[in-house]
Amino acid sequence: MSTATTATTKWWNGGKSPFNVEYGKLMMWYFLMSDAFTFGAFLISYGTIRFSTNGWPDPNVVFQSYPLKSATSGPAPLVFVSIMTFILIISSVTMVQAVKAGHEMKKNKVVMNLIWTIIGGAAFLSCQAWEWNHLHHEGAWWGHNPFLNSDLTQSSTNFTNYFFTITGFHGFHVFSGVIINIVMLIMTLNNSFEKRGHYLMIEKAGLYWHFVDLVWVFVFTCFYLI
Amino acid sequence: MSNEAVLHGVASSHDAHGDHHHEHHHHETFISKYVFSMDHKMIAKQFLITGMVWAVIGGLMSVLFRLQLGYPDQSFPWLEDLLGKWWAEKGHITAQGYYALVTTHGTVLVFFVLTAGLSGTFANFLIPLQVGARDMASPFMNMLSYWFFFAASIVMLSSIFVETGPFSGGWTAYPPLSALGDASPGSKTGMDLWLVAMALFVVSSLLGGLNYIATILNMRTKGMSMTRLPLTIWALFFTAVLGVLSFPVLLSGFILLIFDRNFGTSFYLSDIFVNGVGALPNEGGSAILFQHLFWFLGHPEVYIILLPAMGMVSEILSVNARKPIFGYMAMIGSLFAIAILAFLVWAHHMFVTGLNPFLGSIFVLLTLLIAVPSAIKVFNWLTTLWRGNIRFTPAMMFAIGFVSLFISGGLTGIWLGNSALDIHLHDTYFVIAHFHIVMGVASMFGMFAGVYHWYPKMYGRYLNNTLGYIHFWITMIGAYLIFWPMHYEGLAGMPRRYYDYSIWESFKNFVELNRFISTVAMIVFAVQILFLLNFFYSIWKGRKVTSQNPWGSNTLEWTAPIHPGHGNWPGEIPEVHRWAYDYGKDGREFIPQTEAVGADESHH
Repeated sequence: MSTATTATTKWWNGGKSPFNVEYGKLMMWYFLMSDAFTFGAFLISYGTIRFSTNGWPDPNVVFQSYPLKSATSGPAPLVFVSIMTFILIISSVTMVQAVKAGHEMKKNKVVMNLIWTIIGGAAFLSCQAWEWNHLHHEGAWWGHNPFLNSDLTQSSTNFTNYFFTITGFHGFHVFSGVIINIVMLIMTLNNSFEKRGHYLMIEKAGLYWHFVDLVWVFVFTCFYLI
Repeated sequence: MSNEAVLHGVASSHDAHGDHHHEHHHHETFISKYVFSMDHKMIAKQFLITGMVWAVIGGLMSVLFRLQLGYPDQSFPWLEDLLGKWWAEKGHITAQGYYALVTTHGTVLVFFVLTAGLSGTFANFLIPLQVGARDMASPFMNMLSYWFFFAASIVMLSSIFVETGPFSGGWTAYPPLSALGDASPGSKTGMDLWLVAMALFVVSSLLGGLNYIATILNMRTKGMSMTRLPLTIWALFFTAVLGVLSFPVLLSGFILLIFDRNFGTSFYLSDIFVNGVGALPNEGGSAILFQHLFWFLGHPEVYIILLPAMGMVSEILSVNARKPIFGYMAMIGSLFAIAILAFLVWAHHMFVTGLNPFLGSIFVLLTLLIAVPSAIKVFNWLTTLWRGNIRFTPAMMFAIGFVSLFISGGLTGIWLGNSALDIHLHDTYFVIAHFHIVMGVASMFGMFAGVYHWYPKMYGRYLNNTLGYIHFWITMIGAYLIFWPMHYEGLAGMPRRYYDYSIWESFKNFVELNRFISTVAMIVFAVQILFLLNFFYSIWKGRKVTSQNPWGSNTLEWTAPIHPGHGNWPGEIPEVHRWAYDYGKDGREFIPQTEAVGADESHH
């Protein structure tokens, strides 16, 4: 028994990282926990207000348009946002590929996949910009809610207030993620990681990117599905 | 894997850097050494001195509003000369000035002094030195943490000088008062600046906290297992975790508040009529939502303030009682229990705001549960003192004073934690007395204990002992004289935040008592200035430290040179072989952590 204990590495006895990770990755994990609390606070606030309010607009009615939709075609509930979500999830897949390529020290593959991830993020942001713009044209904005409750009664402005604040805050995270990925791309192209002998920065950027995608799943569920 | 490469790469390059550093000094400019320093010890001093500036400002504000409370019908013409008409017209503190003073005093003391000034100073100073690291995990982020705090300080300071005054709706910033510019003069520009300052503060706290956590977990020296860490480090670790998980919720709350203020939303607003403006269009929000978001930070915040003091007091009591800390594992366990419970009790601040009474009863239970780990800590401190060979250094006096205050203030917490009693006691001076003793003064005592104890390590000189004892006794007696009578005022129903009690039939009888409290407050404030004189005089003229380990202490910081350079230890970082509390063992007064365990040594 005692020989078995001495044979295993004593991870917690100092002189090494107990999780075998570099400090930056540890910080990233704690930062993501912290950020999860930020989003958690937003979504719980939203839930509290929504369920203490009589009636709420039906997302299938509000989100039923898409770009270049002709006036004659019928409503397409949640089609556009599903495409957005699909794009973001695919960008997570390409990010995984970039991280994997980094482990294998394949610079060109890292570059390719980072470019795809950046395109995915930018496409998501563009979709969000279109949707915001479309809703704004319909009269929706902070403090203005043109939509009726699902039972056709007058709705409170908190539907749009929360929608724009939380999707905006998430969009801001995606935007930061795209910027981070662009920086990663430039560093990769400059051989910064080749010189260091590892692509750990890409891994940390990847953690952030997956977190932002994961948050979107919750935001999407709370605003579009429920 | 790449991970391995980094771990080993970082470790070797870091050591090489440190060694190199001590052999021949890098060229350091004034800017890189004293201003944009990345040395954790310098950043700690920056936090400490900025915190001191805020303590003087915040303390002076309390003197000013105590002047109003003690002498409501007297005029002090010099006040108008000093502060101007807005604050003190005709020598009287104005009502708007009074509320601005109370609010800024609270904000500044809670966040800028007892959060940044306390854990900013001692987490920065002690973590690398006591775990055996050259510096923080990320010295650059550490520097940013201070400069975000500095920026927050500048914005908060500037809010005092705007035409409509600083925010004046209480440090908790409840809407609708904080959300509507029309609600009061302080709710205009002052509130915007308050929010900006606090947002910057949250960023500073996050950058610092992530660094503290990563350093403690990742950068302990060889042999420094988690259960060999001094309790200071455990306390600072839980403090950082609390900060990292609770400040973001406050940030969310503030973002929603910013939208309510500036972009026409109604997150916190519903059915409001403002005098002179009329009915507002806002519908559907909830003012209580803000209170939940605020107190989800606000309650952990009191432990963010208190835990570092607890950790330092544990260390100082043990060192100066020349005895091992009693119940080391129980101390860690109780810190952990407090950290968990800190997140589960926030609604006890809201018993009377319309909270469902059933929900209230759950929060009563969870709140009273905190008494268990708190009592464990108190009994462990007392047992550490028991039959100790006590050296009554000023640091030790303040540490013992902390225990006294924590007991006195903690007991009234059991009263306030009862939702039924709280109907009577909420928003009275009983609450003021409770949290000032248990959180304010107690943590201040922890901070003083830390400053007196680690001053030799910080500056290589001692603080003057005589002045230290005068500082201790007057502050200790003064704190009780100020806050003890407030319990009686509160039990009699005297509400907090009133401008003038002498015009109320029910509180007229307290006029003399209020005057007494105000007088003591001024004396205590003057003694703090004495402490500051001692502090700054001793930096240059204090008695020099001649031995590496002046207190006969076991922890690693005392194995570093008297004036440690950037990198802390010349040559190798010391290895650790034992816990931090081998005092009075096997007939030896103390055995440093760096000493190998002897073959015939007894087990503790």
